[in-house]
Parts: sequence; structure tokens; C-alpha cells
Amino acid sequence: MKVHIDPGRCQGHGRCYDLADELFGADDEGYGQVLGDGTVPPGTEQDARLAVLNCPEQAIELLEEG
Amino acid sequence: MAADDRFTEDFREAREEEVLGTISEVVTGPVSDWSRDFSHLEPEWSANPYPIQDDLRQRCPIAHTGRFGGAWLPTRYADVAAIAYDTERFSSRAIILSNFRPPRELAPIGGAPPISSDPPFHRDARKLLLPAFTKDAVNRQEPATRAFCHSLIDAFGGQDVVDAARDYAQHIPVRVIADMLGFPPQDGPQFRVFVEDLLEGINLPPDERIERVSRLFDYLLVQVHDHIDNPRDDLTSYLLNVELYGQKLAPDHVVGTMALLLIAGIDTTWSAIGASLWHLAKTPADRERLAAEPALLPTAMEEFLRAYAPVTMARLVKEDMQWRGVDMKADDWILLSFPAANRDPAQFDRAAEVVIDRRVNRHAAFGLGIHRCVGSHLARMELRAALEAWLERIGDFSLADPSAVTWSAGQIRGPRTLPLRIR
Repeated sequence: MKVHIDPGRCQGHGRCYDLADELFGADDEGYGQVLGDGTVPPGTEQDARLAVLNCPEQAIELLEEG
Repeated sequence: MAADDRFTEDFREAREEEVLGTISEVVTGPVSDWSRDFSHLEPEWSANPYPIQDDLRQRCPIAHTGRFGGAWLPTRYADVAAIAYDTERFSSRAIILSNFRPPRELAPIGGAPPISSDPPFHRDARKLLLPAFTKDAVNRQEPATRAFCHSLIDAFGGQDVVDAARDYAQHIPVRVIADMLGFPPQDGPQFRVFVEDLLEGINLPPDERIERVSRLFDYLLVQVHDHIDNPRDDLTSYLLNVELYGQKLAPDHVVGTMALLLIAGIDTTWSAIGASLWHLAKTPADRERLAAEPALLPTAMEEFLRAYAPVTMARLVKEDMQWRGVDMKADDWILLSFPAANRDPAQFDRAAEVVIDRRVNRHAAFGLGIHRCVGSHLARMELRAALEAWLERIGDFSLADPSAVTWSAGQIRGPRTLPLRIR
């Protein structure tokens, strides 16, 4: 499972790095960034889902790997 | 280095020749029907706007008024979001709905960039501010903010009843933003007057309104000159020195942004802190649960921001158009109510209830789209520090006199008198 932020939608509300700082960080202007390659380590799936569901801009996608 | 001569003459004098905008007739008095005569400046709205918004959402989801020269009020989340995202058809050149429409030539910069700016200028003006307002940047001020909150509580002394709006909530954002801009902390009481003049003086006669707004700009120019003479590490010196498109900012850009940061930084957060304390004071179950489970504060804070979102914005329609079934005219106002969007049952389960452990809360309290509140991280830091200090020091509190609570009028809504019994 991977998280992905659409930079065209992100406005820097920061809900993702508030709720899941093991998966997301901020750039120098406060826009959200996925950490590493966005892979969601085991045990953090719930945080990933919370970040997706709380993003006011619906900028985060959860990509299930097949 | 050449002296900074951008402010040797009052930049406002150069504007006198420009087109002056349009003034509409001031209409006040009781509202006959909220669907076709709404006014967010009437006491019924200030006291409790939510039943009005809930009713409109069901029977007339894009309400109209002839006041203010014509304005629309969407109350569904989907409509508020669509307008916030549509900068092609809705301009931000004025974001406080009033009886004065600034001239179209003011776009895309507007009077208080970047909140008053449209694309593409908006993005460049906003970029200048973002680094100072990231979560990491504002969190460096958290210890000082927390200490200041405790000093306000210390000052309550042995009183049984305190005004949590006047003697607590109000002072926190004033102190924080004065520090950031490098203004004297003792000027705080003046800031409150500026805020009321700008945001609540909407229906004053135009001449008086202009007079009051110019007092704010007189004050800001004094601060500008002080910073030109004594540059220091604060946002005012930063704005005086920063460059855009290879040049220092135009003087009205510098002062407009200072005005924005001062005004938008104060009564918004003051309102959020006050409304949160008001809710906890009147809801013992939530107060007790939060005292027992302090780890719920993050979701509780977001829920207070959703249910009591302090900020409503405005837009101006760019061209005549049919929009979702209504006939909008160029220069009609839109009252862009994030509070109404946040209570839309189509978007939120149990929308009318305050649920302090709500885990999924995609609220729009800080706006949506390119104008997301630049100070949202600062506001959250202040709200967290203010609530944590209060809850740590004052476990048990209640409304001393519910009928004595008063709320601000206009687009920023929060308690302005809030007597709480604290022991």
C-alpha cells in the first residue's frame, strides 16, 4: 500500500502530517509531502486512511498494490 | 544602499485620481425573509446563525438579498466548495462584504494581498508569506504563547467570574501577531478597535467607514517608518525588504499585507478560542470527558473549528451568469459561509451535533482551494496552547450568565462577552 499526494490539489492544510507524521512531512512552504517512496509500513494503514479521509482538499490517494 | 523612499509620501495620495468603486445604499433593520433579504449583520444572525442556515439549506440553498447592492448566500458544502475553487468566475478583490465595491481595476492584486488577489498574482504574493507560517515555524512560538496564556490566568487572581473573551481569548492572538509583525505589545488595545472598525463597521455611512479604515493605515505607516529606521528580525522588516519580480514590493502591497496579517490574525483566533470555551462551559459532559481524556484534544479542537467555524469570506461575481439555477449578475457579492458548509448533513454525519471524538472531519474552517488560511497552523497552535493552559488550570467552569454572552457581528463570529464562573 502506498500514499500519494496530488500537488495540484494540496493547499498546505497539513492535516496529513498532523495525523500521520510517520508517513507525511511538510516542504518549506507547508505543502504536504510523502516521506520516502510513500510505502505504508505495516501497522500504519489506519493512520494513512485517516490522513486520506481528513484532507480538506481530497488531495491524498491510497494506492493498493496488486 | 539607497534609502527606502517608497514611503516618503503617503502612497494613498497617488490613488486619489483612480476610479473610486461603487457605493450602494445602506439597508439595515429586521430581515423579512432570510431567503430573499438576508443580512449577516442583524442581531438574529449574530446570536445564532445555524438555524437560519439549516433552514435555508433545505428550502433555498442559494439565498439572495438586495442589501449591499445584491448578494448571494450558498449554504450547501458542495456549492461553497465549488465557488471557493472557481477563481475564474468569482473574484477575491474584495473579501469583506460591504456597501462598497472596489473598482475592477484593483484585481488581481486587491487591497490586502494575497487574500484579496486573484491568479496569477495571488500565487506569487502568497509564496512570500508561506515560509513564515509553516507548522514548524509557528511552533517555535508555542512556549512563549503557552507562558503568556498562563500569565493571563495568573492575572485572574481570586475572581470567581472572569470574562473569558475579553480577559483571555482576545489577548492571545493580539500578542502573537504583534510579536510576529514587530509592533509594540502595548498597542494591543488599538488593534481591537481596528478589527471592529474594519469587520463590524460595515453599515456605517461610507465617509465614516473610510475615516475609520484610514486610522489603521495611519498606524501601519508609523510602524513602517519605525522599521525603516530600525530594521529587525520580524515580518514588517521582511515585507519591506523582500523582492517580487526582481523589485521590492509596492508600498500599498507592503501595507496591505501588514493590514491583512494584523486583522486576520486577531479576531479569527480570538473567536475560535472563545467559542471552544463557550461550548465546554455549557456542556459539562464534554468538559469532563476532555479533562479525563486529554488525548482527545486534537479531535475536539477540529470539531470546535467545524461546528463554530469563525470565518466567512466573500467573493464578487465576475460576469453575468446562470449559476446552479440562479441568475447572478456581475459584481453581485457571494457570502461564502464556511460555517454553513461545515454543518451540511450531506457532508457530515450528525452535522448539527458537536462530537469531540469525531475522527473523520473534512471541515472547511480554514477555507478551501488557493486561499486556504495562511495562518491556519498558527491558529491551531494558539488554540491548542490556549485550551491546554485553561484546562490545566481551570478544571471546572460554567457559564456565569448565559444571557450575558454576546457575539461579534459580521463575517467573523465569536464570543465578545463571555462571563465564566471558574470557582
